[in-house]
Amino acid sequence: MKSETIAAISTPMSDGGIGIIRISGEDAFLVADRIYQSKSRNKKLSDQPSHTIHYGYIYDDGIVIDEVLIMLMRAPRSFTAEDTVEINCHGGIVAMRKVLETVIKNGARPAEPGEFTKRAFLNGRMDLSQAEAVLDVIQAKNEYALKSSVSQLKGAVHRVVCELRKEILYHIAFIESALDDPEHISLEGYPESLKSENEGWIYSIQRLIDSAEDGRVMSEGIKTVIVGKPNVGKSSLLNILVGEERAIVTDIAGTTRDVLQESVNMKGITLNIADTAGIRDTEDAVERIGVDKAKESAKDADLVIYVTDASVSLDENDEEIINMLKGQKAVVLLNKTDLDTVLSEEILKEKIPGKEIIPISAKENKGIDLLEETLKNMFFEGKLSFNDEVYITNMRHKAALIDACESLRQVESSLAIQMPEDFYSIDLMAAYESLGSIIGEQVGEDLVDEIFGKFCMGK
Amino acid sequence: MSVLEEWVDAVVVGAGHAGCEAALACARMGISTIIFTVSVDSIALMPCNPNIGGSSKGHLVREVDALGGEMGVNIDKTFIQSKMLNKSKGPAVHSLRAQADKAEYSRSMRRVLENTDHLQIRQAEVTELIVEEGKITGVKLHSGAIYHCKVCVLCTGTYLRARCIYGDVSDATGPNGLQAANGLTESLKYHGIRLQRFKTGTPARIDKRSIDFSKMEEQFGDERVIPFSFATDPETVQIDQASCWLTYTNEETHEIIRENIHRSPLFSGMIEGTGPRYCPSIEDKVVKFSDKNRHQVFVEPEGLHTNEMYIGGMSSSLPEDVQYRMYRTVPGLENAEIVRNAYAIEYDCIDSRQLKSSLEFKEIKGLFSGGQFNGSSGYEEAAAQGLVAGINAACSVLGKEPFILDRSESYIGVLIDDLVTKENREPYRMMTSRSEYRLLLRQDNADLRLTKKGYEAGLISEERYQDLIKKESQIEEEIKRVENENIGANPEVQSFLESHGSTPLKTGTTIGELIRRPELNYEMLEPIDKNRPVCSDGVKEQVNINIKYEGYLRRQQKQVEQFKKLEKKKIPENINYDEIKSLRIEAVQKLKMYKPESVGQASRISGVSPADISVLLVYMEQMKKSR
Repeated sequence: MKSETIAAISTPMSDGGIGIIRISGEDAFLVADRIYQSKSRNKKLSDQPSHTIHYGYIYDDGIVIDEVLIMLMRAPRSFTAEDTVEINCHGGIVAMRKVLETVIKNGARPAEPGEFTKRAFLNGRMDLSQAEAVLDVIQAKNEYALKSSVSQLKGAVHRVVCELRKEILYHIAFIESALDDPEHISLEGYPESLKSENEGWIYSIQRLIDSAEDGRVMSEGIKTVIVGKPNVGKSSLLNILVGEERAIVTDIAGTTRDVLQESVNMKGITLNIADTAGIRDTEDAVERIGVDKAKESAKDADLVIYVTDASVSLDENDEEIINMLKGQKAVVLLNKTDLDTVLSEEILKEKIPGKEIIPISAKENKGIDLLEETLKNMFFEGKLSFNDEVYITNMRHKAALIDACESLRQVESSLAIQMPEDFYSIDLMAAYESLGSIIGEQVGEDLVDEIFGKFCMGK
Repeated sequence: MSVLEEWVDAVVVGAGHAGCEAALACARMGISTIIFTVSVDSIALMPCNPNIGGSSKGHLVREVDALGGEMGVNIDKTFIQSKMLNKSKGPAVHSLRAQADKAEYSRSMRRVLENTDHLQIRQAEVTELIVEEGKITGVKLHSGAIYHCKVCVLCTGTYLRARCIYGDVSDATGPNGLQAANGLTESLKYHGIRLQRFKTGTPARIDKRSIDFSKMEEQFGDERVIPFSFATDPETVQIDQASCWLTYTNEETHEIIRENIHRSPLFSGMIEGTGPRYCPSIEDKVVKFSDKNRHQVFVEPEGLHTNEMYIGGMSSSLPEDVQYRMYRTVPGLENAEIVRNAYAIEYDCIDSRQLKSSLEFKEIKGLFSGGQFNGSSGYEEAAAQGLVAGINAACSVLGKEPFILDRSESYIGVLIDDLVTKENREPYRMMTSRSEYRLLLRQDNADLRLTKKGYEAGLISEERYQDLIKKESQIEEEIKRVENENIGANPEVQSFLESHGSTPLKTGTTIGELIRRPELNYEMLEPIDKNRPVCSDGVKEQVNINIKYEGYLRRQQKQVEQFKKLEKKKIPENINYDEIKSLRIEAVQKLKMYKPESVGQASRISGVSPADISVLLVYMEQMKKSR
């Protein structure tokens, strides 16, 4: 059974840069202490008085994820009337999600839809007149969550999860039938064969978890790189796209120099522009560096924006970049169309067939809407998508996958110390249940049916 | 015309394994009790297999015993072979199974019943229930006699409208040719009780003199027998044991079955009841597992003073002539002479979702039921339910709170909860996999889990209870000692470890830490554990298990705590599900049908989603506040 301490991002998921992660339940302080460090590194949140605010950092495996303010509220003086910790994150959506994931990894579970409100009510924080509304919220939110969770689940994930469950169930049934009918079914030599099966399952689930990490690309943006020779206007383009304000926000966070990407929202599509610091740094550097850097960062991008200068003709460096664009999703920007043009759309079309060419002027802020329009069309026509690996975007799915993986690792260690079968059969069942929650299946009589269906019991 | 009229507190209908426990519980709790049976000579009859216990069933017997039931004590007195199953596996799945001397088992139980105060035995068929204003007030016998009562426990087993079938022969009898109970079904229906029809079967009994045992593998009992009952002195059960025998079917057997499968009443549609999948007939096995070229056959004595041998693994409802041919293909059975045919039996039982966890009918106050009547199978499952039904019947008369065991404290709790919350399409058999907290629910600690409850119910003597308290504190002290008992890396210890294939110590450690090593245990460490006090085997076992598997046990304990939270939230009986508009329609229907007693129970009903449970919780809170 899952932990009763829950967590969720409790502010709208906007690009506002600041958001709150709420943790509620008896282990809230404990969870927070596992991931928080104050500047002096020796503050324990669980020792602090209620209704105080603390400055510090959130760590995941020794790495700083975000600089935060943490607000502590002890039961019953909180919204849910339980011990509550609210983490104010400054690092934008990416950091916020990362913080939430860390919280989950350290002992909380993702809150069910409407769960904070439900707890608040059950703990007497709301009056009767609000009850009806609470009931509606729970059912409506759950229905919505169920629908979106089902629709988000790619067929491929569904297949993989079903396949894994089928295999795991078979093994549980085998163990259980042997336990129930030891005189007919023997487990001689079985642990060895389970060991290799189990490794395979862990590997598959780990891959799903990894793809769930990638899944963030889907909800948060398309991994994008801007390439082009120095002085073609990459930096000005970036500034237009990102906007000055946002740059200032990240400055305050104190991590500007480490910022490796910026999120840009264009007509509802979010671009994650990679290596933004690099773009600014290399603007004045020698040409060679610009090209090498471009080649490197374009390798694993979902979208390449190639910026050219209309006022100069293409050279061998451009040739190299153009070569690199083959097989990539890319748009080509013909910048500086406000100047006398040497390079025309026609030339580019011939050189780079099959890619969209968009004339712009970063200086005069012209053509940017055309770029936005083009990207939007590409996205909705499916021309612009993410790699074909299995994606899972749902946080809960990921938590369930991690739970399943944990259980199988438990099996692994039980096998390693030669525990009897009935010990790890329980963990196999837990993994089976966790996987079931992803595809919305409860465990009813599955096991009993499998035992009788697959194994010949005696008597 | 005047009829006999009598007044008692409790009426128990049926004297099988459920009925005996129910009647004994009632009488021992001090209420006047009468037990009806169609034949006094068939009290505690074992009409099928000649054993008590087995995987998970052994747990049930231990629990029945820990609560003050009779089954464990009775088998300890009458067993002829005993084995602890699954000894190579974890302690949670160790399970005792004993071969019983059937006749002795029955006789011995009858003696106990006969000598229990407040208990009368009466040979008669109950044909009618008398229910007034939703409450049981008495029963009517076939003779017309009326027994007025405050509570009634139905334990009719497989006798209701029973029919025994083999080939195209169908006899309207109960097991062993005993008289079926044909009257009661109509009365149950009249009072609105939903019934279903189940089926089960038994193999042939063969004359020992016609068996060639030299062609079979001999199966012995354990060297050191462990008694079922916590109250039995282990020294009294070290007896000379009888042997069982193992042989196998073969392709020839299967061929005969396949050729004659059309003559099986199961395949021809003559049997309508649903059979248990865990106890398939040999024809079922041959058809379903056609890739297996042989099946095990266990030949077991039915007792010391009979020549009848039970042919385990070959139950059947094929015609007599096919049975003869089929059995005679099995090595050792070439000249077999059948004493009793194999047969299938069909009977009426209830849809157990009509019961509360106390095994009282939701709609008829004072009416309880247990055993195969509730749709379970097995002697042990029956005894467990009979005991709980009996205790609750008595509690109801005595004005005490219902006696309910939950899933986290006993197999009995799992058994009953499954029966009352899940749809059952076949006779329900206990299995260890049905128990989600089984690492904690071991047969070795049934007394620690349950004897206090048995004592509070009034079924455990003061002396036995004091013994338990003593055992508890000894375990606690010894665990504490062992965890703090330091042990240095001295030559004696190192050579001890090496001789047991265990890595030598780098620094000092505790005895507790050494127990945790996979290759060591509490018992083995005695030579280097100098300050060890004298403890009973029972205490040693608990110390070892609790230390060795501590991590696993703690995890389950945590799960239990979570489970208890919802389990403790009782749903008021007058709740109106139609009023809760945010519940989904399916959930409303299911909840209205099952009438779960707690939110935990509601959450186990299929078709009730977690969101529905949230809604239910909020609604209940709302109800509470507006009151």
